[in-house]
Amino acid sequence: MSLSPTPSQTVGPFYGYALPFPDGENVAPAGHPEMITVHGVVHDGAGAPVPDALLEFWQPGVDGSRRGVAGSLRRDPVTGGFLGRNGLDFTGFGRVATDADGHYTLRTLPPVGVGYLSVTVFARGLMRQLHTRAYLREQTDIAADPLLSSLAPGRQATLLTTREQDKIHRFDIRLQEDGVHEETVFLEFP
Amino acid sequence: MPLTQADISAEISQAREAYLKAVAAGDPVRDHPARDYAPYRSSVLRHPKQPLVSVGDPEAVELSGPVFGVTDVTALDHDLTRQHVGEPHGERITVTGRVLDRAGRPVRGQLVEIWQANASGRYAHQRDDHAAPLDPNFTGVGRCLTNDDGEYQFVTIKPGAYPWRNHVNAWRPAHIHFSLFGTAFTQRLVTQMYFPGDPLLPYDPIVQSVTDDAARQRLVATYDHGLSRPEWSLGYRWDIVLDGPAATWIEEGR
Repeated sequence: MSLSPTPSQTVGPFYGYALPFPDGENVAPAGHPEMITVHGVVHDGAGAPVPDALLEFWQPGVDGSRRGVAGSLRRDPVTGGFLGRNGLDFTGFGRVATDADGHYTLRTLPPVGVGYLSVTVFARGLMRQLHTRAYLREQTDIAADPLLSSLAPGRQATLLTTREQDKIHRFDIRLQEDGVHEETVFLEFP
Repeated sequence: MPLTQADISAEISQAREAYLKAVAAGDPVRDHPARDYAPYRSSVLRHPKQPLVSVGDPEAVELSGPVFGVTDVTALDHDLTRQHVGEPHGERITVTGRVLDRAGRPVRGQLVEIWQANASGRYAHQRDDHAAPLDPNFTGVGRCLTNDDGEYQFVTIKPGAYPWRNHVNAWRPAHIHFSLFGTAFTQRLVTQMYFPGDPLLPYDPIVQSVTDDAARQRLVATYDHGLSRPEWSLGYRWDIVLDGPAATWIEEGR
């Protein structure tokens, strides 16, 4: 049996009071000594920052498990508000909206068992999410990775983070080439 | 010259005819909208021009996905009419359905999130400047977990249509935004549910971006009189099928 899928529709401009949640960007337990920061700007085809994009990140657990842990958006049954993460569990899931400068910041732990964070991009004007990957350059063997090694060097570079300082990595996303910069490689899963 | 509805409607017709011609010539049916659908003007600078790169790796992390649990929702989150001191204005409705994968298996215990405009067509969002009243008793955000049969249910009010600035006299048909997770990140879906018989559907470039007639119809809920409650609310049914592969080991035990 193969059912026909429900079509995607854009997330639109007004998800901001519905989807982001406190601590969405703080995937690493607070104060964890191995915490890394991944940050960057989302750009459109004119090179302009995209101030209304929503990014989601997914990665294996600290033991390399891919089963996930609940509790990313813990809710408060007393007030109906958000409690934030519990400070202990690593759920592997992050969600962060870009700010007015098109910038996002994610605090997480280095991925275990693979070199990359899985990323999805949603935005007004985008009919269906885009999948990409942020490979941490210092823990990636490019030649051994089937995806990276299949790409021309310029395209490959769009999937690799740039180390700015110890534990701070830059990862910009370009939804469309702007005549100067390479468009980010986006992925599909057959 | 500012764009008129006639301009946009002509582009909508051209895109649909081009799609029908391509399918007749042997192209596959397209369930999802093309990302470069120009009648929706915001898409022009926000779609990749390079083809997507196919990842067939059976070990891809994207074949698994995040999970959610009872701490991630409260009992009232599914009832958008009870989140404030008073009752919201509008027509009370329930929306229910099942979340399935393409093999027809229920997606169990996963997060469903919704958001919508109020009965007047106004979002509780600072950047929505539509000259319609906010409702102090309605925010328009809900979430729930699917049950063991993959079912979700929300109580809310029917959202109003509202204007937007894609072209002159552009109006969005009434809709509820949905966000869904499957068992794999590849199955992630954000979409919009529409209401049957809405006269605005043919004019709207966002719904019409789904150029396949049968696929577009799957975005429209069914009015189900059996779900309506006497003296209380009207019932709509909308089943959702998530696209995309998932690792088989993830599916076991769920």
